[in-house]
Amino acid sequence: MNFTLFDLKIIEYSFFITAILVIMIGLYGALVKKSLIKVVIGLSVFDSGINLLLISVGYITSGTAPIFSPALVKDMPLTLENIKKLSAGMVDPVPQALVLTAIVIGFGVTAVALSLVIRLYRHHQTLNIDEIKNLKW
Amino acid sequence: MIYYLILIFFLLLLMIGAAIYSIVQKDLLYAVIGTGLISLVLSVLFLLLQAPDVALTEAAIGVALTTIIFIITIRNTVRFEDEVYQKKPSKTEAK
Amino acid sequence: MKMKKILVISLLAVFGVYLTEALFKLDFGRQFFQQGVKDFYLVTTPMKLQVANVVTAIVVNFRGFDTLGEVTVLFLATTAMGSILYKGRHQLGERAVLFSGSRIVTTGSRLLFPAIILLGAYVFIHGHLTPGGGFQGGVIIATGFLLMLMAYADYSVSHIVLSVVESLAGITFATIGLLGMLHGGSFLQDFLPNGSLNDLLSGGIIPIIYIAVGFKVGAELTGLIYTALNEKD
Repeated sequence: MNFTLFDLKIIEYSFFITAILVIMIGLYGALVKKSLIKVVIGLSVFDSGINLLLISVGYITSGTAPIFSPALVKDMPLTLENIKKLSAGMVDPVPQALVLTAIVIGFGVTAVALSLVIRLYRHHQTLNIDEIKNLKW
Repeated sequence: MIYYLILIFFLLLLMIGAAIYSIVQKDLLYAVIGTGLISLVLSVLFLLLQAPDVALTEAAIGVALTTIIFIITIRNTVRFEDEVYQKKPSKTEAK
Repeated sequence: MKMKKILVISLLAVFGVYLTEALFKLDFGRQFFQQGVKDFYLVTTPMKLQVANVVTAIVVNFRGFDTLGEVTVLFLATTAMGSILYKGRHQLGERAVLFSGSRIVTTGSRLLFPAIILLGAYVFIHGHLTPGGGFQGGVIIATGFLLMLMAYADYSVSHIVLSVVESLAGITFATIGLLGMLHGGSFLQDFLPNGSLNDLLSGGIIPIIYIAVGFKVGAELTGLIYTALNEKD
C-alpha cells in the first residue's frame, strides 16, 4: 500500500484524536456520574482509550506484525543482514507487550471494583455516591 | 486504498459513538453492551494496526469477560441509573 | 451539580489540549529513534532465542519477571473477589441464573464446549509461533466454562480441582525460574536448548512457561466467574 502524504496526515490525526476523545469521555463519566456502576464503566472506557493510544504510537506505516512466520523467512538464510532487513519493516513490539499486560490487569481491577460495588449495595441499598456518606461499614 | 480509509473512519466514528452512548445511556444494561461494542471495534483496530496478539486478548477479555462481570453486577444491584436517586427504605443492619 | 460539570469539562478541555499538543509532535507511522530497544528485540529474538513471535519473547523471556508479577496480581484479584463476596457456603442450584437454557441452547453449548477448549489449548501451546499465548488461551478456556455455566443451572466446577491446577501451574513457573538460577545465572535464565526457528519445540523455556500461564489464567478466571455467578442476593 502506498500512502500519499495527505492520506497519512488524515489517518494520523484521526487515530490520535479518537484516542484522546475516548479518554476524555471516559474521564467525564468517571468524574461526573453519580451511579457507582457508571463510574466503573467510565474507567473501563478510559482504559480502552489509553490502549488505542499506546498501540497507535508504536505503528509504522505499511509495517508488518512482529512475527517471523514461515512465509516470511521461507527461502532466506537466517543471517544478520536478512534479519535486519526484515525487522526494518516491522511495527514496534514493546508497546504491544505493554498493552497485553495492561488489558489483563485492567480486567482484574474491574472485577475487584465491581465486587466492592456489590458489597456496598448490599450494605447501603443504594448506589448513589452522595448517599453513601459513612466510610465505616 | 479509499475503501481502507473509509473502513478506518467508520470504525473510529463507531468507537466514539459507542463511548458517548455508554456514558449517556440511563439503562445500565444497554450501557454495558456499549462498552462491549467499544472493545469489539478496538480489537478490529488493533488488527489493522498490526497487533494480532493484543487484538486476540482484547476480543477475549473485553467482549466476553468484562461484559459478563458487569451484567452479573447489574443483576445483583439495580438496572437503571435513576434508581439510585430515589432513596429506598434503608435496611441498616447487615443481613 | 451544575458547577461541578462545568469544572470537570473545563479541566478535561485543558488536559485534552495539552495531550493533543504533545502527541502531535510525534509523527504517526514513523520510527522515532535511529537505534532503539525495538531493534535489539527484533534482531535477538530470531537469531538467539529462535522464537518467531517477538511479543511472546518480550513477555516471557526478556520481561519474564513482570509476567510472574502479573499472574500474581490476577491471583490476588480472584482471591479478593472471593473474600469480598463471601456469604457462606453455597448449596447446589443456589445460583444467580436459576433456569437452564432451552434444548437448543444446551445442546449447542455441549457441542461447542470441546471445540472452545481445543482452541484455547491450541492458542497457548503455539504461543511462540503464532499470535496468542498463555493469557489469550486461558481466557478462551474460561469463556468455554462460562458458556456451560450459563447454559446449565446445575453445572458446577470443583473449587478443589481449580485450586490444585492453579497451584501446580504457579509452582511450575517459579520452579523453572529457580532452575535457571541453579544453572548459573539470574532468575528465569534460559537453560534449555533453543532448537530452530518455527519448530514447535523451540525457544527454550518459553513454551513451558506459557503452557503453565495458560493453565493458571484459565483456572483463575473460571474460579472468578464461578464466584461471581454463584453470588445470590
